[in-house]
Amino acid sequence: MKVVLQNLTKVFPSRNKKSGEEVVAVNDFTFEIPDGKLIGLLGPSGCGKSTTLYMISGLQKPTGGQIFFGDDDVTELSAENRGVGLVFQNYALYPHLTVKQNILFPLQNLKGADKLSKQEMLERAFEAAKLVQIDNLMERKPSELSGGQQQRVAIARALVKMPKVLLLDEPLSNLDARLRLQTREEIRRIQKETGITTIFVTHDQEEAMSISDMIVVMKLGVVQQIGAPQDVYDDPTNLFVAKFLGTPPINVFEGEVKAEKLYIGAAAVLDVPGVQDQPVYVGIRPEGFIPNPEGPLTCNLSGVDVMGRDVSLVTTHEASLNPVVRSIVDADAAKNANGITVSYSLKPHKVFLFNKETEERVYFEVK
Amino acid sequence: MVESKHKWKAWLYLAPAIVLLLIFTVWPIINTLRIAFLDGYNMLGEVGGETYSFGIKNFTDVLDEYSGFKEALVNTLLLTVLTVPLSTFLALLIAVCLNSIKPLQRFLQTVFFLPYVTNSIAIGMVFEAMFNIIGLSPDAVTAESWGIINNILGLFGADPVNWINLNSSYWANMTVMVIYIVWNALPFKILILLGGLQSINKQYYDAAKVDSTPRARVFTKITVPLLSPMLAYVVITGFIGGFKEYSSIVGIFGDDMKAVGTDHSLNTMVGYIYDALGSNEGRASAAALILFVIIFVVTMINLYVSKKKTHY
Repeated sequence: MKVVLQNLTKVFPSRNKKSGEEVVAVNDFTFEIPDGKLIGLLGPSGCGKSTTLYMISGLQKPTGGQIFFGDDDVTELSAENRGVGLVFQNYALYPHLTVKQNILFPLQNLKGADKLSKQEMLERAFEAAKLVQIDNLMERKPSELSGGQQQRVAIARALVKMPKVLLLDEPLSNLDARLRLQTREEIRRIQKETGITTIFVTHDQEEAMSISDMIVVMKLGVVQQIGAPQDVYDDPTNLFVAKFLGTPPINVFEGEVKAEKLYIGAAAVLDVPGVQDQPVYVGIRPEGFIPNPEGPLTCNLSGVDVMGRDVSLVTTHEASLNPVVRSIVDADAAKNANGITVSYSLKPHKVFLFNKETEERVYFEVK
Repeated sequence: MVESKHKWKAWLYLAPAIVLLLIFTVWPIINTLRIAFLDGYNMLGEVGGETYSFGIKNFTDVLDEYSGFKEALVNTLLLTVLTVPLSTFLALLIAVCLNSIKPLQRFLQTVFFLPYVTNSIAIGMVFEAMFNIIGLSPDAVTAESWGIINNILGLFGADPVNWINLNSSYWANMTVMVIYIVWNALPFKILILLGGLQSINKQYYDAAKVDSTPRARVFTKITVPLLSPMLAYVVITGFIGGFKEYSSIVGIFGDDMKAVGTDHSLNTMVGYIYDALGSNEGRASAAALILFVIIFVVTMINLYVSKKKTHY
């Protein structure tokens, strides 16, 4: 089922009535989520991503705008009547019920035509449990499960009633790094198998990029960019998005465009056809550097991080806004990097220019 | 852990508390045990140099048909069995309601807590006034001035009930006692249960909401189980308090422990112990031990049941 958000807005009244300062958690969010896709809502804490999720679930009421499931306007519908599955950040498994009882719980609420027999309920519960591979843990209490297992139970409980939309709030934040990798693949697999439109919230860009069909990058309640993960990474619309995506993060320099040439410090590092003369921020992805003794951009080498296949050169540059400039280069190419400085030439499609005032992207033609 | 060379310091600091406990708690308990098993013990007698032989006569005296102990036991059991479930249920209901309203919550919390900080004898006297049926004419038809309860009953066209006055019935007396004790027990229970409710993670309710759980089911399947440790605590302390009921009856009926002109005693176990204390310390000690054993056994049963029924 497709989900349409139209001018969705949420304003929280101020806690202090006298000052009257309101907090706009979500500001005019319009987006059509296609049927059967996995969408990642991404942003730093306080950007309104969870609020958006809770508005879709019905637990929070929007201040303005509308929400459609398919063609039905569900804006006024309470959470009870929306038929969504929601996985909470802390899972919210009922601690006094066994895994089986937890998964059965939503089914036992079904009424009227949807009412199931005991046998059907059990079958559905086991089906859901099998999908998340916890069918051998059905008699345990949540406290007897590991974090990853609890997470699966929570997903099974959300899936068992066959929701129109599955919502996950920071589903991986309570898991250790290893389990996180594994579980995010699981979520991808389960989503593919069930084909349920799924929206998940995360502050971890890597997580969002790795499994989403589309990501929505938000900042302070305002949507910054929507697109396929790779597209957003390769073509950020502003400095915030460029900085938010990618590990190691993008390197940002102060720069200036003069006569269609980009200067960082005194060196003209790149031709930027079609850009008017102006001061700019220059974002360069770590993989955008090519070590080249004749290259125009020279940095002071301060260390080498060995990562196996690749090597990360840690350097400094006076025009850099980050404390260090990190490049990721081929291990072989780095063998020569044992001097005091290292020089690079740049890959033009890994270099982004941003207006210094608006921080919006300034495009140039890549030859 | 205290390092061994400083152990004496630890004992020194604990000494005031330990000395007081030994004098005013431990020794009286041991002494009660001793006295209970000395036949016909009397304190003045002992001071005067009398000696008593070891035996169980005090216990047989207590259980004797004419000592009034069985009456007191029945009264106590009845009051406890009637009031504990009732007050727990009401407290749960009020706590849930209080928890679900936002405006006036603080104010109402205070209102419900008032009985807890009010002297129970004073409350008893107020209850006495409320349930009065003073001024009933000899023909028992016209009444001149009633307490507020009978006035309210009168509003609905009901006849005034002789709750506590001359020749009132045992069950009328008991009804007043049950109302009084339940009302008096509510604040503490509400306080505990409200605290329990507020510590339940709101996400369970959000999860239940998303799963379209009906309200009644949320209450029985989520609220009550998650509150069960507090419920168990409230029930156990309620039983213990119920068995020690005494001052409430004095508050309403005076230290005769019965309504004027009646011969059914409303005495309780603790009342019985106080009565015996004046004349016969041996019997009082024996009764105190019996009460202790009863409370102990009931508490054990409570703990056993709650271990099976409470969750996590």
